[in-house]
Amino acid sequence: MIEKPVKVLVAKIGLDGHDRGAKVIARALKDAGMEVVYTGIRQTPEQVVLSAIEEDVDVIGVSILSGAHVHHIKRLMELLEKEGANDIPVVVGGTIPIPDVDKLKEMGVKEVFLPGTSLKYIVDVVRRLAKERSSVGGHN
Amino acid sequence: MEDIIELFEEARKGKLRAIGRLLTVVENSSIEVLKLLEHVSSDSGRAQVIGVTGIPGAGKSTLISRLIGEYRSRGYKVAVVAIDPSSPISQGSLMGDRLRMQQFATDRGVFIRSISTRGLKGGLSIASLSIIEVFDALGYDKIIVETVGVGQSDVDIMNAAHTIVVVTMPGAGDDIQALKAGVMEIGNVYVINKSDKPEASKTFEYLKFSLDKGDIGFFEPDWVPRIVKTSAIMGQGIRELADVLEEHWDHIRSKGLLREKLASRRMLLSRLLLERVFSDSLQESLRDIDGAIKEMILDGRKYRVVTSMVARRAIEKMLVKVSNLEN
Ligand SMILES: Nc1nc2c(ncn2[C@@H]2O[C@H](COP(=O)(O)OP(=O)(O)OP(=O)(O)O)[C@@H](O)[C@H]2O)c(=O)[nH]1
Ligand SMILES: [Mg+2]
Repeated sequence: MIEKPVKVLVAKIGLDGHDRGAKVIARALKDAGMEVVYTGIRQTPEQVVLSAIEEDVDVIGVSILSGAHVHHIKRLMELLEKEGANDIPVVVGGTIPIPDVDKLKEMGVKEVFLPGTSLKYIVDVVRRLAKERSSVGGHN
Repeated sequence: MEDIIELFEEARKGKLRAIGRLLTVVENSSIEVLKLLEHVSSDSGRAQVIGVTGIPGAGKSTLISRLIGEYRSRGYKVAVVAIDPSSPISQGSLMGDRLRMQQFATDRGVFIRSISTRGLKGGLSIASLSIIEVFDALGYDKIIVETVGVGQSDVDIMNAAHTIVVVTMPGAGDDIQALKAGVMEIGNVYVINKSDKPEASKTFEYLKFSLDKGDIGFFEPDWVPRIVKTSAIMGQGIRELADVLEEHWDHIRSKGLLREKLASRRMLLSRLLLERVFSDSLQESLRDIDGAIKEMILDGRKYRVVTSMVARRAIEKMLVKVSNLEN
């Protein structure tokens, strides 16, 4: 049997309606051979968490442009914990002010992609996180 | 790998995480689903499996989203299997069906799962049929499967469905012609979505003509294929569609076709699983034949002897795999 492809959820949290960046990333992940569940714009943390669980993805990628990222991600991480799914790694991309990067990481975000991060780097990080998870058995 | 029966028991308690994991197990190792079937077979076979297929971009996912809403208001639990093609080049897949159904992401009476075709021969059929079995065993009332509509796996999946819905739209060029392919020929219900567009009535006439002529549509005693006009965007025709689907479900049940359908669905799954076991063993053994042929040329042995030797080896490998099935 062939190896199971990496499955990743790409979502945009927040009120603004631009998703070009998220779509470009979704496309790059697909071209790298991954199964990408794209849930689109204006998602709530609840929608993202429950979708990730239903789809049983290996990695969650959230794109945020509005200012409320700390609040949203905090909620997202809490919900993951509550649903017994905090083994799924979360990465965040968007215009995050530098001081907030550490805050997000303290909450458990594995990686923050600031504007200008290369697509190749993003793809590599997602693949590595997915691999790490499957090698430790990840889930319970 | 996680124990499938334990996972199933967790899933049955309604733990979403367990359901998600369970689906991954059966999607990737379908032999596991046989274990599950033994465990559950008495209390499953209750769900209506509805296959939704049709022209790309006709609005299948948007329509399914509306249908979920209608079913929820009628008190049903709904599961969706959304199948997206994967790229033959990268094997990757952008699964965009779910996007149209996101309003139900937080509704725990609705479970949506996207799977990709992964370019695997037979693999998609096995994965989809297995996932249908899991949803059925978990007590979902309606299982909706969205497929792209072409290829052998679509035929397999649609054979497992009780009701086949074919979605088309106005002005898709020579659209009846487009429906004369694969499973689109065998619909029980035809939907003209995007009926908010002016050309819809012309499409209706075409479709009606083709159905009357018997060009397309699955004909069975007591059920003539139906046409429903909808606008998924505007939310029109949805109740009527749900009514027609209920009618077809009543038809299936009243004709005693239910057990037959369940049996044929499981026969297909078992057959596909065995085919896989056998073809895996055969592939491995065929790889051995290269070495054997070299040997044969070197020491002048008879071709027939060597060929039968390889065949014997293939059978031995199959036997090992078959006995692995038992534990
Ligand atoms: N005008 C109109 N547009 C619609 C209607 N239903 C869906 N659409 C639009 O049609 C496009 C395709 O809709 P989807 O629901 O993704 O169609 P689909 O058949 O699932 O597409 P694929 O899965 O890619 O084959 C979207 O832009 C929808 O907004 C409708 O009733 N009327
Ligand atoms: Mg679709």
